[in-house]
Amino acid sequence: MILSFTLDGEPRTLDLDPGLRAVDVLREHCGVTAPKEGCGTGECGACAVLVDGEVRLSCLMLAAQLDGRTVTTARGLGGAGPHPVQEALADRGGVQCGFCTPGVAVTAAAFLERHPDPTRAEIRDALSGNLCRCTGYHKIVDAVEDAAERMRKERGGRK
Amino acid sequence: MNVLFPATADAVLEALRAHPDARLMAGGTDLLVRRRAGAVAPGVLVCLERVADLNGVEVLGDAIRIGAATTLTAILENGAIRERLPLLRDAAGAFASPPVRNMATLGGNLCTASPAADTLPPLCVLGAEAEILSSSGTRRMPVADFVTGPGRTALEPGELLGSVTVPVPGGGTIQHFEKVGRRKAMAIAVVSLAALLRVEGGVIAEARLAWGSVGPTVVRCPEAEALLAGRAPTLETFRAAGESVRRAVRPIDDVRASAGYRRRVAANLLLRLAEKAGPAALG
Repeated sequence: MILSFTLDGEPRTLDLDPGLRAVDVLREHCGVTAPKEGCGTGECGACAVLVDGEVRLSCLMLAAQLDGRTVTTARGLGGAGPHPVQEALADRGGVQCGFCTPGVAVTAAAFLERHPDPTRAEIRDALSGNLCRCTGYHKIVDAVEDAAERMRKERGGRK
Repeated sequence: MNVLFPATADAVLEALRAHPDARLMAGGTDLLVRRRAGAVAPGVLVCLERVADLNGVEVLGDAIRIGAATTLTAILENGAIRERLPLLRDAAGAFASPPVRNMATLGGNLCTASPAADTLPPLCVLGAEAEILSSSGTRRMPVADFVTGPGRTALEPGELLGSVTVPVPGGGTIQHFEKVGRRKAMAIAVVSLAALLRVEGGVIAEARLAWGSVGPTVVRCPEAEALLAGRAPTLETFRAAGESVRRAVRPIDDVRASAGYRRRVAANLLLRLAEKAGPAALG
């Protein structure tokens, strides 16, 4: 099956088995290793990517479902540079081993687009499908709070 | 593997006629997990994500119609559901995790027919009706009859769940949902309770109760419902109904909880209704 989709801002056309998993298409056939396979069953969120701006688990998507879509991984999340969520994760120590980070980054970025001024409880709920076994979540939540503030300032600055 | 993307419900039925062994895939959050485990190996998948007429929430007077391929996120964020079916909204909010809710659908939850399906107890107490499409016509049945056992539904070969229509309870009806799991997110229910209580003149005029995860499918308890009717919604009333609940449920021991624990929690979840209904009875 010929698949055409946009990946991190670049058009891609590939001839692939439509039954492959999207995570394998991205990692093995496109060379984009930002999404990780943690559990492979939708429990951990490490494989999360944005499909047309919404969070999806790429381990539970087929290659065929990518056709015609715009896919954004942590690699292309901020465009040319890092996204404010990625900067805040680095600055606030929200990254330890880094395995969950790409999934956390895209999930938090999509959440902040819709909820620019969230409470900590809302952040924890939004990230409840992203497991981290290192930092203990506090620093990740700190980072998302910080990112929300950075994004609000950016928006305010443009007005 | 061949993956088809029909754009209309009619095209889905046509695909099922052309490929009798095809599997339907809605969100894929269950089917693709089972495929990975080697439990299913479909040669043809009919993917429902681009079928416009199976997707969406529509208010029809005193009822709300939800397309089978509507995601749990769309249900959670729908204004009419939040306002008029808070019971279903709460179940959608307790469902898996935000990324899974972006993919998983109401129809998928019903057709997977897990004993722990989060949306099933609410739809049963609300008296929701399933609309089943096929090339020979449309038939309807209560959602409570649609799910016939663990992993089993009333769907015949070539049929498709089109939508679920949920009657909106009258004003003043208390709607309640609670799920007990090992953690808040990504938990399969240990026990869940959906309840509708109509309180009039300080007493319970009607109670409808359904439990998840304590039997092969949803468990109702007419005995407890009858016991509650006509009594004040106090802690003592709900405690008194507990014994019939412990007898009605048929839980199993599994990795998540023991049968004994489930039986006790199923009865105790009723006690929360006193907090919700007590003030309504006074006011």
